[in-house]
Amino acid sequence: MTEHAASPAAIEPAAPEAKPRWLTWIEKPVVTIGDLFIFVAQSLAAIPRPPYRFSIFLSQLEFMAYGSLFVVGLTGLFTGMVMAMQLTSAFGLFNAQSLVGATLEIALARELAPIFTCIVVVARVGSAIATELGTMRVTEQIDALETMAVDPLNYLVVPRVLAAAVAAPILTMLFNAIAIAGAYGIDVYVQDISPAAFLNRMQTMVYPHDLLNGLGKSMVIGFFVTCIACFRGYKAEGGARGVGIATTEAVVSGLIAIFAIDYIYTAISLNTASGGGMGGM
Amino acid sequence: MIDVRDLWKSFNGFGVLKGINLQMAPGTTTVVLGGSGSGKTVLMKHIMGLFKPDKGEVIVDGENVSVMSRQELAIFRQRMGMVFQNAALFDSMTVGDNVAFPLREHTKMSEDEIGAKVKEKLAVVDLFDVEQKFPAELSGGMRKRVGLARAIIRDPKIVLYDEPTTGLDPLTTESVDQMIIGARKKLGVTSVVISHDIGSAFHIADHIAMLHHGVIVEQGTPAQLRNSKEPHTQEFLATWFARQ
Repeated sequence: MTEHAASPAAIEPAAPEAKPRWLTWIEKPVVTIGDLFIFVAQSLAAIPRPPYRFSIFLSQLEFMAYGSLFVVGLTGLFTGMVMAMQLTSAFGLFNAQSLVGATLEIALARELAPIFTCIVVVARVGSAIATELGTMRVTEQIDALETMAVDPLNYLVVPRVLAAAVAAPILTMLFNAIAIAGAYGIDVYVQDISPAAFLNRMQTMVYPHDLLNGLGKSMVIGFFVTCIACFRGYKAEGGARGVGIATTEAVVSGLIAIFAIDYIYTAISLNTASGGGMGGM
Repeated sequence: MIDVRDLWKSFNGFGVLKGINLQMAPGTTTVVLGGSGSGKTVLMKHIMGLFKPDKGEVIVDGENVSVMSRQELAIFRQRMGMVFQNAALFDSMTVGDNVAFPLREHTKMSEDEIGAKVKEKLAVVDLFDVEQKFPAELSGGMRKRVGLARAIIRDPKIVLYDEPTTGLDPLTTESVDQMIIGARKKLGVTSVVISHDIGSAFHIADHIAMLHHGVIVEQGTPAQLRNSKEPHTQEFLATWFARQ
């Protein structure tokens, strides 16, 4: 005996009420930011939850750190060389070329190295993560993980964000070293500044906390921009076009996040340092 | 036993499921038949616990899936397998690694034992010596077979199939139908198939539910559906049987 149900036409829901225009303008960014914060909180909560994906973490670390060595090194080399030329030219106006090395290293350690490194990470790693996770989303591979009782956050997101938090400081150190080597080469061999003048002030003006501050900054930014890339990929929808949009949004919002987090981190660290005394300032 | 009770779900104010009531008996194959956008996939994702209903509940073997926590769902899903429309194989892994994935995640079996189990399940779906191939090297039908082998690797009680024959040629469709029938006969699983392939549905189903705009408008055996007087069912089935 077949069973008939009520006619679908009889129980069609009423059309939803139209929203005010101002609400529709702000609704999407507010909802997206809210979803992002929830995603970051869920990812943080998933970090201590077993199983621990050490082999995936290592493979991601290899991709992010080892795979980015060349591009980060090259970016650092040119940044150091350009900054050396600019600073030598500017400081030469009042005969203070001996300050170039120290000034450059402070700028590199605190700002240039972490920020430029994270820009490279967003461009190279963030786009790759958003594309990979976006493709996995639209081809239902993430749904497949869930149906096999595997937590996608634990399997896909946690190893990536942790690897980025480790890889970013490593790459920042590399950027620092190569940029200062490039600057040294330009100043000593092209601008005819003595090696002693370049290096001497560096020892007295640059403190370990300048380097540590930059490394901490790159770790925090690396973590968050990778979270954003994972979020964009994880929420991708609509096939190849959706993956493309997710990748673009991952890079754009990652770049904005770098500068926003840089501002917040710098404001907090300078306030903390001025409260507790900050050598070298 | 799967018991869907008064299930409602909407997205952005648009009703997708509107009071679904459906029972699926153990060891049988139930096909949920309907056109695109009728709510088939949403219904199946509720059975799998991937979606939470706005109202109603899904009871599987006496347990309410709709209110399960993350941990409870993880344990519950170990009893189920799902075959996706496009197989959803991990493209970075070989066929062998794909099929072995649930065992590596949830058991402490040795690699030798896992290898033997993978071979056994691939043989159930008539696939041999494909462990080292990547999904991209397989045909659509073979990928679906690998997807089924992965779904049944842990001997689930229930297997869900999401449009298993969509986009396949007639011979491959026939082989996928035989695969579903074979899985039920050889393994005794409860199968839930969502599809808009009428020919395939009437071939494999013990029970068919006709879904239209989020409502089950008709359900019964294939013979009962064939003689239905319900207008949407008649219209839908006529697209196939009028050509016979």
